[in-house]
Amino acid sequence: MLGKSKRLLVLPLHAIMAACLPIAAWATEWPLNMTEGVTSVSREIHGLHMQIFWWCVAIGVVVFGVMFYTIFAHRKSRGVKPAHFHENVTLELIWTIIPILILVVMAVPATKTLVHIYDTDDADLDILVTGYQWKWKYEYLDENGENISFFSLLSTPASQIQNTEEKSEHYLLEVDEPMYIPVNKKVRFLVTAADVIHSWWVPQLGVKRDAIPGYIHEAWTRVEQPGIFRGQCTELCGKDHGFMPVVVHAVEQAEFDTWLEGKRAKAREIAEAAKQTLSFQELYSRGEAVYTKNCAACHLPDGKGVAGAFPAIAGSPIATGPVRDHINRVVNGGVGMPPFGEQLTPVELAAVVTYQRNAFGNNMGDQIQPIDVVNFKQGQ
Amino acid sequence: MAHGPAHGLTRWLYTTNHKDIGTMYLWFSFAMFFLGGIFALIIRAELFEPGLQIVEPNFFNQMTTMHGLVMVFGAVMPAFVGLANWMVPMMIGAPDMALPRMNNLSFWILPFAFAMLASTLFMEGGAPNFGWTFYAPLSTTYAPASVTFFIFAVHIMGASSIMGAINIIATILNMRAPGMTLMKMPLFVWTWLITAYLLIAVMPVLAGVVTMMLMDIHFGTSFFDAAGGGDPVLFQHVFWFFGHPEVYIMILPAFGVVSAIIPTFARKPLFGYSSMVYATASIAILSFMVWAHHMFTVGMPFIGEWVFMIATMAIAVPTGVKVFNWVTTMYKGAMTFETPMLFSIAFVILFTIGGFSGLMLAIAPADFQYHDTYFVVAHFHYVLVPGAIFSITAAVYYWLPKWCGRMYDETLGKTHFWLAFIGLNLTFFPMHFSGLAGMPRRIPDYNPLFANWNMLSSIGSFLFGAAQVLFLYIIIRAIVSGRKATDQVWEGAHGLEWTVPSPAPYHTFTTPPKVD
Repeated sequence: MLGKSKRLLVLPLHAIMAACLPIAAWATEWPLNMTEGVTSVSREIHGLHMQIFWWCVAIGVVVFGVMFYTIFAHRKSRGVKPAHFHENVTLELIWTIIPILILVVMAVPATKTLVHIYDTDDADLDILVTGYQWKWKYEYLDENGENISFFSLLSTPASQIQNTEEKSEHYLLEVDEPMYIPVNKKVRFLVTAADVIHSWWVPQLGVKRDAIPGYIHEAWTRVEQPGIFRGQCTELCGKDHGFMPVVVHAVEQAEFDTWLEGKRAKAREIAEAAKQTLSFQELYSRGEAVYTKNCAACHLPDGKGVAGAFPAIAGSPIATGPVRDHINRVVNGGVGMPPFGEQLTPVELAAVVTYQRNAFGNNMGDQIQPIDVVNFKQGQ
Repeated sequence: MAHGPAHGLTRWLYTTNHKDIGTMYLWFSFAMFFLGGIFALIIRAELFEPGLQIVEPNFFNQMTTMHGLVMVFGAVMPAFVGLANWMVPMMIGAPDMALPRMNNLSFWILPFAFAMLASTLFMEGGAPNFGWTFYAPLSTTYAPASVTFFIFAVHIMGASSIMGAINIIATILNMRAPGMTLMKMPLFVWTWLITAYLLIAVMPVLAGVVTMMLMDIHFGTSFFDAAGGGDPVLFQHVFWFFGHPEVYIMILPAFGVVSAIIPTFARKPLFGYSSMVYATASIAILSFMVWAHHMFTVGMPFIGEWVFMIATMAIAVPTGVKVFNWVTTMYKGAMTFETPMLFSIAFVILFTIGGFSGLMLAIAPADFQYHDTYFVVAHFHYVLVPGAIFSITAAVYYWLPKWCGRMYDETLGKTHFWLAFIGLNLTFFPMHFSGLAGMPRRIPDYNPLFANWNMLSSIGSFLFGAAQVLFLYIIIRAIVSGRKATDQVWEGAHGLEWTVPSPAPYHTFTTPPKVD
């Protein structure tokens, strides 16, 4: 990475060099067009996009052609005398009817693609996609009730965002837990949100659906080849709207089954872990990690918060008040804070509450065990 | 009868003169243009490179929100009302606006509205940060406390716009000189008449939607809260029922401006006057039936999606008629290229490009890829900046000699044009590419894939900003020491406003002119 001023200097040079390089190199530095994607829908959309684009180019060539000819030929400095015509019914009819015909020609394939996009029937797999401030939750719906769910969070380290470390290739487009889907299967996404409106977008799948609290909307895809496909939230959803990417791994069915079984095993493990008792030191250090990953973005790493927007943890009435209220706030959220009860495991919840009550000068001295969290959630 | 203006501050506070009020509207909007421009440059400075350098994400969101609100409600709309105040009475041969005291009130509440809106930047929790479209529940349950001040400011702006619109309709329908039939009115007057009806129809809808927000926030209702039986999508329907006509409110008067300027410098009458009037009316009527094309990805039923797609595509027809008429007006004219004409020609070309991307966005399936990306940002800036802003700039150059009796410097004017033209295209053209490549809008940071286009955009935006500082200098220089203007000012100019002396006397047409 060059410094700001150097990048600026080499910019024109860049453009010239890039023009001489093969198209592929150019395209990564100066991407120009919409992706064709990897699904039939995304290819149809790309086709419509190019079709309407070329219509626009054709109309532009005619209109601007006449205009530039006029600007060149009919100027006073060339000694021309102005004409005086100001009406021509035939001409006006022609340029009303021709655009209508072009629009009809465009509307037919557009309608076909729209029908295709709306055909969400007969899915092989259903995934419930829930938008949260600022992460996605994916729940694989299972006929036998053995649903698997997990959260998918940005994995780009803060050091890259704050420019203290070089940015990786998939900067801001990488997550800790990607969504896995099998190739050549119709996957239906049931899209909703838990707080504000988000929008789930993967350009290469040609799928974009707004995630709206109170609604479950459908979208679908059938990916034809294995690969990793990246997208982002596309509806302003607050502070970290730019930091909640989508990553989809499309894999062969066998690999998908293995992955899903691994997830199920892990879920059983977490249920077991909730029964154990941890030492204060264990809770505190695990809590610190959980805090850094989930809480520090708003309440800041030093627990001081942001006045008027995000309350401080240090000395807060919740973190220094009754344990039950503290667990309640973290599990259920409130006053603009999202709920974490679903997103974090009982161990993580117990750890982070313990940490908050004993860090930043909050010397409460108490410790919360995973079983306390489990009991709280059951008692609700 | 003929008396001059009062002196000192009271002249401006108490004035009921349409020229004084027009001048105040124009200077106010120019100030807001710079304020909104500063917000835009903060955005572009942050986006110069990947990574967070200058502002925090929350402040970045405040900037995108305030930039949009200030430019739409503070810069573009008051500028057109200012032009209407100055020009409509002079174009129809009226001595003043029909309701001069209300005219004073509708201007003087605006500075308070914007002072209140700007003050939210210094409040605890910060300014509104939910985008100028303020979608609920981000703008209700999850909003900073300053949202209440934002709502009050929007109410005042809306009241001002409605009063301005009533005044313009009353003036045009009642105060035309004898013989000035409706179909003889200059197109600027026609487009403003239609715009005023749009304003009266939709500003109350905006007032309604912000009032529902106010109720949700403070009085326990759940209009937009799913948990209370409300509907976040309802917000979007109501907002865009206002919002789509609103974009035509910002462009129809611009059509009127270039329809005045192009015939003047082509020395040839406007081609297809009556089809221009009908096209403007068609666009206005269609604008009420296309709002949900802003919501193609919210999950409307298929038939809704399809109807809004077809209705939106239909708007291309009357809009195309307008562009063809302007080009045909130039055809076989005897053109010269003074600054107002340069801005008007750029308007036709660049607004058409914005129209093309609009046509692309109308294709609902393709919108699944375009929606809420930089492609949309490129689209609406191509219709608003070379559309509204360039036409306002052209109007200022065109009528400034009539307002202050002095000419601007033509060389400086042309320099301003080329700087603005290059700056604009450098800023907004690359956004088509970054959007198609997959960059969402309203994000403070992005993958390095989009870095080159963003850097170009940022460089362009600072060039465009610098060009506007030159504009301010050109205007001040013209007012202070410009060459004396003739009464007709432009060789090819026709219309009542050119029959009065330059500068226009404080009172004009106290005896109505005869129009044949």
